[in-house]
Amino acid sequence: MPFTDDHERRQPGTTDLAAAAESGGTLARARDRLHRFVDSDVFYSFRKSPITVAAFAVTLLCFVCAFGAPWIAPHDTNDVATLDLMNAELPPVWLEGGDWRYILGTDDQGRDVLSAIMFGMQVSLIVGFASVIFAMVLGVGLGLISGYVGGRLDHFIMRVADVQLSFPSVLVALLLFGFAKTVLPRGMQDDVAILVLIFAIGLSSWVQFARTVRGSTMVEKNKEYVQAARVIGRRPLPIMLQHILPNVMGPVLVIATINLALAIITEATLSFLGVGVPPTQPSLGTLIRFGNNFLFSGQWWMTIFPGTALVALALAVNLLGDWLRDALNPKLR
Amino acid sequence: MNTRAPVLESAGSAKAPVLQVENLRVEFPTRRGTLVAVDDISFRIDPGEVLGVVGESGAGKSLTGAAIIGLLEPPGRIAGGRILFAGERIDTLGRQEMRRLRGRHIAMIFQDPLTSLNPLYTIAHQLIETIRTHLDMSERAARKHAIELLFEVGIPDAGKRVDEYPHQFSGGMRQRVVIALALAAHPRLIIADEPTTALDVSIQAQIITLLKRLCVEHGTSVMLITHDMGVIAETADRVAVMYAGRIAEIGAVQQVILGAMHPYTHGLMGSIPMIDRDMDHLVQIDGAMPRLTEIPPGCAFSPRCKEAMPTCFSERPDLARVGDAKVACWLFEGDEKTGRRSEEANAAGKGSDPDAARLEAEANSDIADRAKERASAGASDIDRKTDEIEGRTATMADGTDDILVQVSDLARDFDISPPLLNRIFEGGKRSVVQAVDRVDFSIRSGRTFSLVGESGCGKSTVARLIVGLYTPSGGRIEFEGRDLARIDGRGEIEGIRKRMQMIFQDPYASLNPRWRVEDIIAEPIRAGNLLQGRKAIDARIAELLVQVGLSPLDGRKFPHEFSGGQRQRISIARALASRPEFLICDEPTSALDVSVQAQILNLMKSLQKELGLTCLFISHDLAVVRHISDEVGVMYLGRLVEWSDAATIFDAPMHPYTRMLRDAIPDLKMTGQDRIPVAGEVPSPLNPPSGCHFHPRCPHVEERCRREIPQSTRRDGRLVACHAFEEGRLPPSKSSIPDDSIRNPE
Repeated sequence: MPFTDDHERRQPGTTDLAAAAESGGTLARARDRLHRFVDSDVFYSFRKSPITVAAFAVTLLCFVCAFGAPWIAPHDTNDVATLDLMNAELPPVWLEGGDWRYILGTDDQGRDVLSAIMFGMQVSLIVGFASVIFAMVLGVGLGLISGYVGGRLDHFIMRVADVQLSFPSVLVALLLFGFAKTVLPRGMQDDVAILVLIFAIGLSSWVQFARTVRGSTMVEKNKEYVQAARVIGRRPLPIMLQHILPNVMGPVLVIATINLALAIITEATLSFLGVGVPPTQPSLGTLIRFGNNFLFSGQWWMTIFPGTALVALALAVNLLGDWLRDALNPKLR
Repeated sequence: MNTRAPVLESAGSAKAPVLQVENLRVEFPTRRGTLVAVDDISFRIDPGEVLGVVGESGAGKSLTGAAIIGLLEPPGRIAGGRILFAGERIDTLGRQEMRRLRGRHIAMIFQDPLTSLNPLYTIAHQLIETIRTHLDMSERAARKHAIELLFEVGIPDAGKRVDEYPHQFSGGMRQRVVIALALAAHPRLIIADEPTTALDVSIQAQIITLLKRLCVEHGTSVMLITHDMGVIAETADRVAVMYAGRIAEIGAVQQVILGAMHPYTHGLMGSIPMIDRDMDHLVQIDGAMPRLTEIPPGCAFSPRCKEAMPTCFSERPDLARVGDAKVACWLFEGDEKTGRRSEEANAAGKGSDPDAARLEAEANSDIADRAKERASAGASDIDRKTDEIEGRTATMADGTDDILVQVSDLARDFDISPPLLNRIFEGGKRSVVQAVDRVDFSIRSGRTFSLVGESGCGKSTVARLIVGLYTPSGGRIEFEGRDLARIDGRGEIEGIRKRMQMIFQDPYASLNPRWRVEDIIAEPIRAGNLLQGRKAIDARIAELLVQVGLSPLDGRKFPHEFSGGQRQRISIARALASRPEFLICDEPTSALDVSVQAQILNLMKSLQKELGLTCLFISHDLAVVRHISDEVGVMYLGRLVEWSDAATIFDAPMHPYTRMLRDAIPDLKMTGQDRIPVAGEVPSPLNPPSGCHFHPRCPHVEERCRREIPQSTRRDGRLVACHAFEEGRLPPSKSSIPDDSIRNPE
């Protein structure tokens, strides 16, 4: 052996874990990983915060209701055949004239409000997730390039972002909608409405991702591990994707969570304005808009319940985002 | 506060200690149990005394300081023991009372002068605020006092500069201001936490001298916390060596440094490279200090101790008096007291004739000699000497036969001017920093060439230019006689790049935290397609891990599971993965503790020998450079000022700047001696002095130096860029004559 020193001391615990993982194969490794997650600081901070646990429960409930709607919803609101005008404008059960079949009442078409909320939430969540993912891919990609390459390209991308920021997101979405309406043939409009909505919301929120990622990329690219990769002879693209990206994803996840709530609200706003999803696939925003017309004639349940669901969902997701931000921030640990 | 002061005065008038710490214990409750960061330590500081506290990072030295001044960060808390200041307990004081004590009677100097001043206020504002908080003074009197303080800490033109903002001061000047702040209310104790660590060697020497002078003049006691034994040796009267939250050894500085008794102190001393001696191998303490979560039962040092006995693993030793010092080691308890060690201790501890004692101690227990004894081969030293002489003549005689890397006229400018639009609208000017200004040197294959200099001298830029991270703005870099800039084929240049690799400074930043160690080491292999098949790659990774002293099992782990030294080993393994011939090391040990630094330096030396590597070694630490290199180049503000072989450059430096650097290094054996540090600071590279960059600080300056840039002159096997050298008016080197440096012993 060329060197004279012994191997530095190692923690016995981790060696055992590593050895166990080595011998036990994938199952043991998965168990090991789960164990490490349960033991981790992030999970600990989750457990210690009752508000976060509650927010998580609410979010989970919303997800189950939304995506389990075809099975657990009392009525299939998409099926027009089940609607009966006789049941229109029924109040919630606890009010006079309420019907146990329609717990939260019905709307002017005789549609069950609870089921409508569940189906509407599904649309809202799909639009929210898709637009955040779209914004994330766009923003992270541009941010990485901008931060890593620097120079004129960086200036160009960031000035575009500045211009983008000077338009309110709703205005961007409205413009896009107007554009889509004139370009696309009438028959297609309803089919692609959701895609246009996703595109519009995503386009209005990529800037935040791009700016954050650009900032962290500029910090990371000067770190020695990136320089080491350059000395080794790696090309820029692998360096960006393999070295820098994993290290800038923390804040991105936080922004994504917070933006999810924002996207859901934006979707609701657009639907409320009547430019969102088609009435055949009502989202929470659409429900609120319809119900709004009956607010002053006493049928408050048509708009208040979808509104409450929206507030609960957005608040819960936001709280989760806040917690994630604090949990991933080493300074606050 | 006026009511308190007389009480404190009267208590301190006798020869009572200023500070007394008894059985102090600092704990950090965490969800995985309580961590004991400072464990049952006791010491005292007498009036006017400087107590040095040394230890590696994580030894608990800073926490001790924070506990005394009442600035422990929650959840840290004092869990036991007492702290007495001038005979009164202060650990039980309330916040209000503690605040009154802090700054008034106990002051603090922090490590980083950049952050310990508020950038929003002028120096005057900050000083006057501090003075008026603690002393009953009018605004005008306080201002006068502030200017006096600044004058006292050596800030020129204090009356004018007092109204400037912190950013208008350089790092060294800022640290002087921080010291002035600490002294503002005439405290009786100053806690200085690594006051010189963030500074360059030459500035460090100035600050040490200043601190020492002020303590003598004001009779202030100082608790000097540092990891640097050299600083302690020069400054402290007594020293406490801390290890894993406990005091391992405490005693007079000469005794502890020259006659170390605790095996840890002993090893620590041996692991420090010496500037004035060639050493083949440093004494090394294997392993690293245990983390707070896994401090072993018994003596915390026992797992690394070469002389550990069964008792050491089960029972904790207490501090016991041996001679004039106190040691916490079973070797010195009761019957176990061995003859050799106590003799050694007594020889160093005899206080009657300090000079004789020092000489005797040096003769008996010279650190370097001890290191040599332990080093494997005694004869290799002689081999190296002859080798060096041959090498010198060959390099200097323009022998191109086996030159691997040749750098000629290398230059690199950085354009730091504001963007074009700002220049147009705000009238900003184009400004260019010449980070590297026409540097020439060559490295012969199988040798180590070192570049030294203070921060901002361009040495790291040279490394990055050679390795291709920056492109040169002028000059040539030749590898095996081929100009790297002229090679067109992408494949060809990649082939050459593969043959040079780099080891970086910061072991925490140089490994991607999201990658497994095996992937980190395999990256050069996979990127260059050097080996095919998972099996071959795995085998190579295991081989590399063993080569750098880690276990093949470590490959599955992530970087954060390793200590700094182990990470640097991983870094070395990655650099070696593509089997390079040329290794560039950019301050590879400056982020490590001394004992770990010795491990890494030894590893690098043996690897170099084994693999026949050629090295370019960048460092600011002259002692490390001497230990590792064959030839040394000294850089100042982007220019190479001297180039010679290692022994010559340190034993008989020629260029005035090299001499200054050499003199600025705190010497372990010069305990208690005063030195006169070279004045002045490194000028801003944005606006360097005309002619010879060094002329404003040079003692041999003449008119010509201000006008003309000196060219390198070759004489006696060395290159020196200095007019005085060229004209032959430089006095012979002083630092090789030891008598001259020993002036007015205390």
